[in-house]
Amino acid sequence: MGGTLAAILSIGFHGLAFAMVLYLISVGLSVTMGLMGFVNLAHGVFAMLGGYVMTGLMNRYGVPFLAALALAAIATALVSIPLERLLYRRFYGGEELDQVLLTMGLIFMSVAGATYLWGPLTQHMEPPHWLAGQVDLGFRSFPAYRSFLILCGGLLVIALWLGLERTRFGAQIRAAVDNLRMAQSVGINTSRLFMLTFALGSGLAGLGGGLGADLLAITPSYALQYLVYFIIVVAVGGLGSIRGPFFAALFIGIADTAFKYWLPGLGAFFIYALTMVLLLWRPQGLFGRA
Amino acid sequence: MAAADARAAAIDAFARRHRFRALEAVPWLLALAAYGVFPGYLPLGAQILATILFVLSADLVLGYAGIVTLGHAAFFGTGAYTAGLLAANGWGEPLSGLVAAALIAGLVGFLSGLIILRTTGLALLMQTLVVATTLYEAANKAGRWTGGDDGLSGMVVWPIFGVFRFDMFGRAAYTYSLAVLFLGWLLARQIVHSPFGRSLTGARENTARMHAIGAPVAQRRLIIYTISAGLAGVSGALIAQTTSFVGLTSLSLERSGNALIMLIIGGVGRLYGAFIGVPLFMIAQDRFSKADPVYWYFWLGLLMVAVVIFARGGVLGIFERLWKWPGK
Repeated sequence: MGGTLAAILSIGFHGLAFAMVLYLISVGLSVTMGLMGFVNLAHGVFAMLGGYVMTGLMNRYGVPFLAALALAAIATALVSIPLERLLYRRFYGGEELDQVLLTMGLIFMSVAGATYLWGPLTQHMEPPHWLAGQVDLGFRSFPAYRSFLILCGGLLVIALWLGLERTRFGAQIRAAVDNLRMAQSVGINTSRLFMLTFALGSGLAGLGGGLGADLLAITPSYALQYLVYFIIVVAVGGLGSIRGPFFAALFIGIADTAFKYWLPGLGAFFIYALTMVLLLWRPQGLFGRA
Repeated sequence: MAAADARAAAIDAFARRHRFRALEAVPWLLALAAYGVFPGYLPLGAQILATILFVLSADLVLGYAGIVTLGHAAFFGTGAYTAGLLAANGWGEPLSGLVAAALIAGLVGFLSGLIILRTTGLALLMQTLVVATTLYEAANKAGRWTGGDDGLSGMVVWPIFGVFRFDMFGRAAYTYSLAVLFLGWLLARQIVHSPFGRSLTGARENTARMHAIGAPVAQRRLIIYTISAGLAGVSGALIAQTTSFVGLTSLSLERSGNALIMLIIGGVGRLYGAFIGVPLFMIAQDRFSKADPVYWYFWLGLLMVAVVIFARGGVLGIFERLWKWPGK
């Protein structure tokens, strides 16, 4: 009995950590899809970039962990802005086929670029000494780095949600998601809004990629390898939602961890099958609008 | 009077649009000529021909019905595994293998279409991807039957009609693939020029209006999705039979993605895009990707971005702009 309880605790903990990473990466994708009507299959590239920048700064230049993490997010956001202005913007609300091909092209280029710059091997991330080992929470101890990851992710989620509800920028995003034309009519500069939202989403993805470097290994094929996970989170959560992907990420993170723990032989198969069933029940996702 | 003439001309154009034109013979003459000119490349040629059928089937749903799919490999792989499993378990008769592959892949297309075609746009795109990934993972985990990561081997394919043996030079494979592609092309051509095919294009261009004139849009989308899945299954079975191997990549996102790329290079919704895009892509891949796969991906990615920005209609689109393509 105690063994089962320990297993459930452990699955919940690791599932939560995985869910945080999934959410940080996918929330930007959900907003890009819902707000700009753009299928950004290359969203994972930003997460990969964040991971490479962070591990590179830490391993090569000895930059402290927190500084490297912040720089990873900032660098990713900065890289995303010219891409948005030059490439993505032309295709907002356009044909999905164009968007798919454009972003698939970007993924291919990212695979080649990452191999050229950082080599084909996985980049390892050593947690700083203050996050190594275990942290004792009284009733049992948990790996310190993952605890930090959950804490960090939780704080960001709260900040994001509060920002969306309480700030002017958040209100503009909500207005644009609800009714783009009306938002433009009342004088919201949607072009600028799109750029900033895109940069924010990419920055969060970079942060998620960096934080989750030990969960989703940083390799050149990152964007292709984990694409389905990000897409599933958005599909289950519902396009354009900010809360939806959070619950979807929780569901997928925990279910995936549980299936891999109890039925390792079946791997990710159950997650995909479960997603199919969920979409059968709600084709627009849990929080999507029909 | 002028109005009546224009009307007659329009009716005439509609009545003639399905007739065969001399230009349409070009791909077939080239394919026959290639058999004699490049005897050393027949195995690659057979793969190109089978892949054309795959991309043609994708063109039916994508170009004509406007269903953007990232999971067409699901049907290709289903067909490949169907034919492969039959041949590996004692039934190597190729033609019935093709039929079985078409039926099973069509069934998978029908069932998954029932579920996912209720949505449109981005949601649909994501669901096609989920379907294909589910099948990929299923094939990966059912290693006892499919060989999993190592692929399915041990296929014994019998001679075609009991006479023409698959030889190592690919002569039988090439002819066989060419014949099957020709039949598949006839079917696809018949479909797109039929009232059914026109109604698909109508639904793509203006769904609300097609509903308004009473066309059963959902039902027709499901039918074309099923037919296309069946054709993709035949294509997968062709490659499985001619190479005596089925790997997990036959179900992969990469294959679905490559089909889109080849289609966009040739030109979408033009029926002949596959005939141009596939040979260009596969010959370039054969040339460059072995030498340096990393750079191949880089240039491929750059090409895709460039095509999307500058050459929306692909090679055929460029021709159309140069001189007005008949029938378009």
